[in-house]
Amino acid sequence: MDSMQNAPSTEDTQRTSQPAPVLALLPETGVSYIRHAWQDMLSGMKLARLGATLGWLDIKLRYRGSILGPFWLTASTAVMVAAMGVLYAYLMNMDVHKYLPFLTFSLVLWGFASGTLQDGCTTFTSASGLIHSARMPYSLHVLRATVRNLLTVAHNIPVVVVVFLWFAVVPAWSWTMPAACALWVFDSFMATFLLGILGTRFRDVPPIVASTLQILFFVTPILWAPELMKTGQDWLLLDPFFPLMEILRTPFTGDIVNAAIWPAALGWSAVLTVVTFALFARMRARLAYWV
Amino acid sequence: MVGITVRDLEISFPLYHGNARSLKKTLRDSLSGRFTQDERERVVVQALRDVTFTLNPGDRLGLVGGNGAGKTTLLRALAGIYEPVGGSVTVTGHIGTLLDPSLGMNMELTGRENIRLRGMFAGLSATQISAVEQDVEAFAGLGSFLDLPVQTYSSGMTVRLSFGLATAIKPDILLMDEWFMAGDASFRNRARARLETLVSQADILVLSSHMADVMVDWCNRLIWLEDGRIRMDGSPREVLEAYLGHPLEELDNKDTAPDPVLPEPDPAEPHPLP
Repeated sequence: MDSMQNAPSTEDTQRTSQPAPVLALLPETGVSYIRHAWQDMLSGMKLARLGATLGWLDIKLRYRGSILGPFWLTASTAVMVAAMGVLYAYLMNMDVHKYLPFLTFSLVLWGFASGTLQDGCTTFTSASGLIHSARMPYSLHVLRATVRNLLTVAHNIPVVVVVFLWFAVVPAWSWTMPAACALWVFDSFMATFLLGILGTRFRDVPPIVASTLQILFFVTPILWAPELMKTGQDWLLLDPFFPLMEILRTPFTGDIVNAAIWPAALGWSAVLTVVTFALFARMRARLAYWV
Repeated sequence: MVGITVRDLEISFPLYHGNARSLKKTLRDSLSGRFTQDERERVVVQALRDVTFTLNPGDRLGLVGGNGAGKTTLLRALAGIYEPVGGSVTVTGHIGTLLDPSLGMNMELTGRENIRLRGMFAGLSATQISAVEQDVEAFAGLGSFLDLPVQTYSSGMTVRLSFGLATAIKPDILLMDEWFMAGDASFRNRARARLETLVSQADILVLSSHMADVMVDWCNRLIWLEDGRIRMDGSPREVLEAYLGHPLEELDNKDTAPDPVLPEPDPAEPHPLP
């Protein structure tokens, strides 16, 4: 019975020739909190290929057995934009040629932001099987969720392209476009990380996030252009979503940029990064106990 | 050199759920000393306390003890999943874990896709991954099931796949929980052949099980855990006899006898055998 299985597996290629790694685990003190959090981030980035594959497979599995597959999302965005664009342009007395591209772009961006934040709450709890099966960097799970959300928003790009072509909107190329995209990717990673940690420890976080997002959807200029505010536009900078929306939206729709937009966007991103890193450094070793 | 050193290890889980004050009162009145409070007055369950041991190349350590004695927690602490609350764990070498049957596999993906993901996690190149794939394919003997989602597998097939996978990516240290008993007898013979190859290459095995014959055959050292503490540490025969409370002679002619399952010390908490 053992004849064929008894042969030891001869593929010794897998055995690495490097010296054996040392894993020294102690209760965290002082600087070790920060050092280990940083190491976690670095080793997560080294596994970027795995994180991207996991995110890609998540999307692939989501559509297994579906006929329209990923295009359900594209279709629903298209229908929503068409219906809301015409109605709200009429209600707000705006030129539909100006309003519809604005609304399309805003809704797609908002869809990405709110999807990322809601999905972010379950980053670690949904990966509890992986977390309990082997030691791996927590940033890998965050990377996976970020890739998944980026691929989801990519489904909506055709809607934006069609609307822009239809209304002959020509985005004015500037260096701020790639910079804004990079900042969005970075911030979505950090926000996923932050909410992932909070959502693991406090199971009330997902409903809180959902209702906060609902308020922000109406408070932030998504359905309405910021120009509609006659005075006090600067107050909008206190809404973290506003500067982030503006840095990416204005180059595409060709609106005027408020000078304070980029400092505000970078400022909010810095706050997010510092808070996330501090919380992760403090809680990293505890996450496995919570999931 | 490959090795494991555990010193005064303490692992405790905070209890966040429920009413902490009434919970504390109930616990103070009723239960053993495993529920305590930490410095911030939270109720914690001490899963492991004062665990100290050292393992060297060639050691095959078995963990015995009732349910809730801390076996799985200790394995996870050795894997670096639970970081110590007190004391220290030092592990030198590549760690392979077989802690739950799904092994962190995505049940909706095919066996082959899961093999690829594991290979990527271990940092293997594309050619190394296909070598692992062939090796696992030969060992697990799943045939065309390898291209079907893992959720369509029987539990035995899942076990064969994950065992083959964990041992194909050669770890220096293999940590195994008791679930692998889901395999049939012929699987266990094959698993043993494969493990012995690994162990003979001066690697370390840590294994938790309820099956006395497996412990005697596979291990050269046993630790008996009770209430999160080491109750006894010694040779398999010696510890098992103390643990079972009777001599082990009947195991010597086990070829004909069915696998003896260790009695459950706590009958109120029956362990579902896979």
